Amino acid sequence: MSEAGFLSAALRSRNLMLGLALTAIFAAAALISLIWTPFDVTELKIAEKLQTPSATHLFGTDHFGRDILSMIMVGAQTSIAVAFVAVGIGMGLGVPLGLTAAARRGSLLDEVIMRGNDLVFAFPSLLIAILITAVFGPSAFNAIVAIGIFNIPVFARLTRGAALSLWTRDYILSARVSGKGAARISVEHILPNITNLLIVQGTIQFSLGILAEAALSYVGLGVQPPTPSWGRMLADSQTLISLAPHMALFPGFAIILTVLGLNLAGDGLRDLLDPRIRRVGR
Amino acid sequence: MKKTLTLTTALALMAGSAWAAKTDVTIGVQLEPPHLDPTSAAAGAIDSVVYSNVFEGLTRFGPDGSVGPGLAESWEISEDGLTYTFKLRAGVKFHDGTDFEASDVVFSLDRARADDSTNAQKALFDGIDMVEAVDATTVKVTLKNRQGNFLFNMAWGDAVIVAPESIEDIKTNPVGTGAFTFTDWKQGDSITISRNPEYWGTPASLEKATFKFISEPTAAFGAMMAGDVDAFYSYPAPENLVQFEADPRFKVLSGNTEGETILAINNKMEPFNDVRVRKAVSMAIDRQAIIDGAMFGYGTPIGTHFAPHNPDYVDLTDLSPYDPAAAKALLAEAGYPDGFETTLKLPPPSYARRGGEIIAAQLREIGIKTEISNLEWAQWLEQAFRGYDYGLTIVSHTEPMDIGIYARPEYYFQYDNADFQALIDKLSVENDPAMRSDILKEAQNVIANDYVNGYLFQLALTSVVDAKLNGIWENAPTQAIDLTGVSWSE
Repeated sequence: MSEAGFLSAALRSRNLMLGLALTAIFAAAALISLIWTPFDVTELKIAEKLQTPSATHLFGTDHFGRDILSMIMVGAQTSIAVAFVAVGIGMGLGVPLGLTAAARRGSLLDEVIMRGNDLVFAFPSLLIAILITAVFGPSAFNAIVAIGIFNIPVFARLTRGAALSLWTRDYILSARVSGKGAARISVEHILPNITNLLIVQGTIQFSLGILAEAALSYVGLGVQPPTPSWGRMLADSQTLISLAPHMALFPGFAIILTVLGLNLAGDGLRDLLDPRIRRVGR
Repeated sequence: MKKTLTLTTALALMAGSAWAAKTDVTIGVQLEPPHLDPTSAAAGAIDSVVYSNVFEGLTRFGPDGSVGPGLAESWEISEDGLTYTFKLRAGVKFHDGTDFEASDVVFSLDRARADDSTNAQKALFDGIDMVEAVDATTVKVTLKNRQGNFLFNMAWGDAVIVAPESIEDIKTNPVGTGAFTFTDWKQGDSITISRNPEYWGTPASLEKATFKFISEPTAAFGAMMAGDVDAFYSYPAPENLVQFEADPRFKVLSGNTEGETILAINNKMEPFNDVRVRKAVSMAIDRQAIIDGAMFGYGTPIGTHFAPHNPDYVDLTDLSPYDPAAAKALLAEAGYPDGFETTLKLPPPSYARRGGEIIAAQLREIGIKTEISNLEWAQWLEQAFRGYDYGLTIVSHTEPMDIGIYARPEYYFQYDNADFQALIDKLSVENDPAMRSDILKEAQNVIANDYVNGYLFQLALTSVVDAKLNGIWENAPTQAIDLTGVSWSE
């Protein structure tokens, strides 16, 4: 597909556009919060607590008098950072593992890698994340590691499966005949051809990472105060929900919309990038 | 004609059901007791259920903390103050039908002070030399030396009278002399007690009472709103109290507890081993902001480790007024003009988690950066309480009269002051009330002037009660939910 055709296809995909727009809003909020927020999120003004949404505080204030809009902006930063690094860990380790397993398909190494993956996969991801943070102490770093570890088998499996089918192609055969080693073929020929898949999966995992971070923070095992986190904002609002529903609604919507946006974007990208669906879809 | 009759009957029926007063009550509590023997465990949840309801002692606490007669209707104290002769009530029966006699008192007190006793408050019985039954309704207790608070000690839940006949199963089937008999325990859910028709005193107004265990604040709110419980003793989420207060169906009781909530400081750790740093921390704290922000206004500021409702309390909050500028100057004087970094470890209760966030923000104002970690109780006990691995932590000390912990250098805040230890030693042998009061006041001053810990506020006891339910204790002079005087009004 030509570049122009790709772009017009992208523009015509309503899901993709909506997803990207939602994602862009939160990414922008996170970026802006690096230099400016309406209010300082570390400053507590007890006298102004639990204010309902108003012109000054668009989303109201929480139980410490902090501006909820500002907290959601900084919370977006936290969510995106945690999910980004976690997906990075998953790709950085999972993709090479999957490529190796595919290159050495049927060997003992393949078995070891894939069974190791199955072992990690066998546990519900959140359970292990809770275990890791409970043992090593709750912190942003441990949350990232815990979520990251669970992205490894996802990417390893995906990579291996996709790579296996490529290994039988004629152009790979000709590459082998011309004397390229397995490692070089994996990097030069396999990897570029599965990038589409990885991007789509990465988007989905990114949204799952945001959900996982919120869940961990909700139970108190994620990012520690005073750093705002959507999950902890929800936990804080729990007993106040009948008194100040806005405290729960805004972080709740933030989570829903971000995850929805990323999933729509992921879906749209798949429709666009996956050659098997591409023609049928239109 | 027929129609009129039916109408009248219907009206009568409606009136009848409206006027029949409710005779049972369901009380929500946060913690379930591990078992039901108040004389062999420290768990306050046991006393909450059985004190005065199922078990009674020789003396008993009233709602205001005063000590009055219980199973002993009167007593005489010898001239030298060493012999207490208790006159017991006649005709009192245990719930299993056996008679309550002087021998039961001898058994209970001897059991509590025996070498193999598992009583959690053995110190209460330390001063007893000998317990003898003079006749069926007279008991003579001889003390080793004069003791100012012997009658007070005998009112504790750990000193209730038990019977040798039923001691075997006391943990699961408590048999006492109280106005309620133990009926049923659904593990993990509730405990039910019923009115004792044979009670020696004024019979309880309630026929049945159920203690329901609800640990989650959100669930407590729901249960109260839905009417599943008629009262929630020591309601765990102060933020909901505003709503209960505004609702005519409920009333909110706010009373005293023995819980001094402190910002504990690791006194042996750099830089907190410098008194100027500790003073700076104390002065950086705005107590009222913490009470408003974490406890939604419920709590009394304190300036030392002592309960404000105690007559010997000295208000020392002026020693550490909220003054960030002065605190910053003190830090600079101590060699930390730019502040420093430390840890703030927080156990689960909301006073700690919320209070911690507020204190962290206040300390940041004077340059102290804290790394907050939220811990479960087991982790907190391991790291902070036993491991001394913390800079700052927040906890409420709920034991009554516990200023003596400052005389224990190995206690988790590691305060080691020989003068203070001598003071507490002096207190333990002092009998004269006036002298005791002076020593207690001086002790409060010493720890406040040493800025051992940041003294925040006295925890309030807040209970939510159905507006028509009367007689629930407002204060907590001891762990108890005494239902003997509780009744429904119309």
